[in-house]
Amino acid sequence: MIGEDPLMIIKVEKLTKKYKDLTAVDHVDLTIEEGEIFGLLGPNGAGKTTLLNMLATLIPPTEGVAYVNGYDTIKDPANVRKSIGMVFQAPSSDDILTGYENLYLHSLMFGVPKEQRKKRIAEVLKLVELEDRANQRVKTYSGGMRRRLELARGLLHKPKILLLDEPTLGLDPQTRGHIWEYIEKLAREERVTVIITTHYMEEAETLCDRVAIIDHGRIIALDSPENLKMKLGKSMIRAKIKDPKLDLIKGLNYVTKVEEKDGEVMIMLNDGGSHIQEILCNLGEASFVELREPTLNDVFLQLTGKEIREESAEGEIERYARANGR
Amino acid sequence: MSELVGLYALWYREFKVFLREKSRILASIVNPLIWLVAYGGGLGAAISFGEVGYQAFIFPGVIMLTTLFTSIFFGLYIVLDKRLDFFKEVLIAPLSRMTIFVGKMLGGCTDAMLQALILICLGPFFGITYTPYSLGVLVIFILFIAAGTTSLGLTIGSQLNSFEGFGLIQSFVILPLFFLSGALYPLNNLPDWLFIITRINPLTYIVDGMRGALLGNPTFPLYVDLGVAVVFVLVLIAAGSIAFKKMKS
Repeated sequence: MIGEDPLMIIKVEKLTKKYKDLTAVDHVDLTIEEGEIFGLLGPNGAGKTTLLNMLATLIPPTEGVAYVNGYDTIKDPANVRKSIGMVFQAPSSDDILTGYENLYLHSLMFGVPKEQRKKRIAEVLKLVELEDRANQRVKTYSGGMRRRLELARGLLHKPKILLLDEPTLGLDPQTRGHIWEYIEKLAREERVTVIITTHYMEEAETLCDRVAIIDHGRIIALDSPENLKMKLGKSMIRAKIKDPKLDLIKGLNYVTKVEEKDGEVMIMLNDGGSHIQEILCNLGEASFVELREPTLNDVFLQLTGKEIREESAEGEIERYARANGR
Repeated sequence: MSELVGLYALWYREFKVFLREKSRILASIVNPLIWLVAYGGGLGAAISFGEVGYQAFIFPGVIMLTTLFTSIFFGLYIVLDKRLDFFKEVLIAPLSRMTIFVGKMLGGCTDAMLQALILICLGPFFGITYTPYSLGVLVIFILFIAAGTTSLGLTIGSQLNSFEGFGLIQSFVILPLFFLSGALYPLNNLPDWLFIITRINPLTYIVDGMRGALLGNPTFPLYVDLGVAVVFVLVLIAAGSIAFKKMKS
C-alpha cells in the first residue's frame, strides 16, 4: 500500500509509454480520489487509451510507476486486476453467447464466490435494466444494450475502480444520455471510482468531477470542468468585425483576454450580459456576434490552438463497426 | 482454486461456442467425407493393400487431417480474438497466462475430439471394425494430435497480428505435415528423400499408431509411436505456454 495518502485510490508518477518513434504517454503525474468520476479528455491519439491500458496492466510502462488501489501495476498485477473493472472501446462481449452467459463466464474468471454468482448477476442486470433480455444472444442486442451489458460485466466482481474507454463511442445521443445515467448511478450507488476516457466535450462536462485534458501524451490542464472554464472568464463573445479596434477593448477592466484569428475576434470577460453593448460599440461594425459561456472545447482551443474534432473518430468507429459485424 | 475455476470458464466458453456454430461442425464433417468417398472411393477402385481396402487404409489419415485442420485453425483464431477487444477481457482477468493457454487448448481439444467422434462412428461404412482396444488406442492418438496441433496453432497465432500469414501456414505447415505423414500411402518402398522426411515428421508415427491398432501391420512398434506422440505434445504445449507469456496484449 502507499500509506501516505489512503484516499488516493490511483496514484501515477512520471508514467511514460514510448513506442519506436512515438511517445504515447509522456511523464504523466496524476492522483485520483476514491469515489471520483475522473475524465481523460483529448483528441484521438492523445494517449488516453494507452494511459488507461497501463493502469489496467494490459501494457507495461516504459518508465514511471502507477499504483491502483494501492497496488503496483508492474509488481502486483493480479491484485490490480481484482480491483478494477474495465469496459473497452470496441465491443468485448461474446455475441454468440447470451448476456447471462457472458456475465456468468466473467464471474468465474474474476473469482466471484460460487454462492454470490447468481445474486450478483441478477443485481447488475437489474442495474442496467437488461433482465428481460438476459437469455438472448448478444448478437440480437443493439449497440447501447451491448454497452450496458459490458458495464454490468465490469461491475460484476465489485471492483473499486471502473475504467471506461470511450464508453459511448458510436452510440446515438439518446443512448449516450442513458449510459451517462447508468455511470452516475454506479458511482453513487456502488461507490466506485470511475475513470473515463472521452473525446466528447459534453460527456466530460456533464459526467466528470474532474477532467484532465491530454494532448500529445501530456496532461496540459487538470481541474473540475467549471474551474477549467472559469479560467477563461465567465462568458465569451465571438464576433466577425471589419477593422476591429482591439486596443480599446483590451483596456476594459472586465475583459480577461482578447484574441484575433482569421477575421474573428474572441473576447473573454467576467460578465458578458451587462457589457456586450459597450463592447460592440467600441469594437466596430459587426457582421456576426455570439455571446455564450465558454465550453471545454474553448478551453482546449486556448491551450492547444486546435479543436477536439468530435467527428474525427473515424478509425475507431470503423473498428467498432467491424467488431459488431463479426 | 480460482485458476481452476477460470480454466473451466475458458473451456466452457469454447465448448458453448462450438455447439452453437453448427455450420462449422457440418463443414468439418463434410470435408473428410469427400476425402473418404470421392478420393478413397476413386483410387480404391484401382488399388488395395492385401485384404485392406484403400478407404479403410486412409481412414486414420483422414481423421488426422480433420483434427489437424480444426485444431490449427482453432489456435490461429486467436489472431481475430486479439484484434477485437474481446480477448482483452480475458487477458485482464486475474488469471495466469498459463491458465489462459491451457483453457484455450482444452477447448480446442474438445472441439476436435467431438468432430473426430462423429467420424469414428462413420468408420464401419468404410470397412473399419473396432475392438475396445483399437478404439482406445485411436482415441488416445487423436487426443495427442488435437493437443499438439491446437498448441501449435495457438503458438503461431499468439505471435501473429493479422490474417496475412494464414495462407502460408496452410501451405508450409498443415499440408506438408499431412502429405508427408504416410496418411495416404504405405511407408515402405518410398524413394529415399521421402523416406527420410516421413521419418522426421512426428505425425507419421501417430498415423502409424492409429492404423496399426485399426488394421494391423504397423511400421513401428506401438511404444515408438506413443513415445514420439508424447514428446510431440509436450514440446508444443511448452512452446504454447511460453508464447502466451510473451504475447503482447
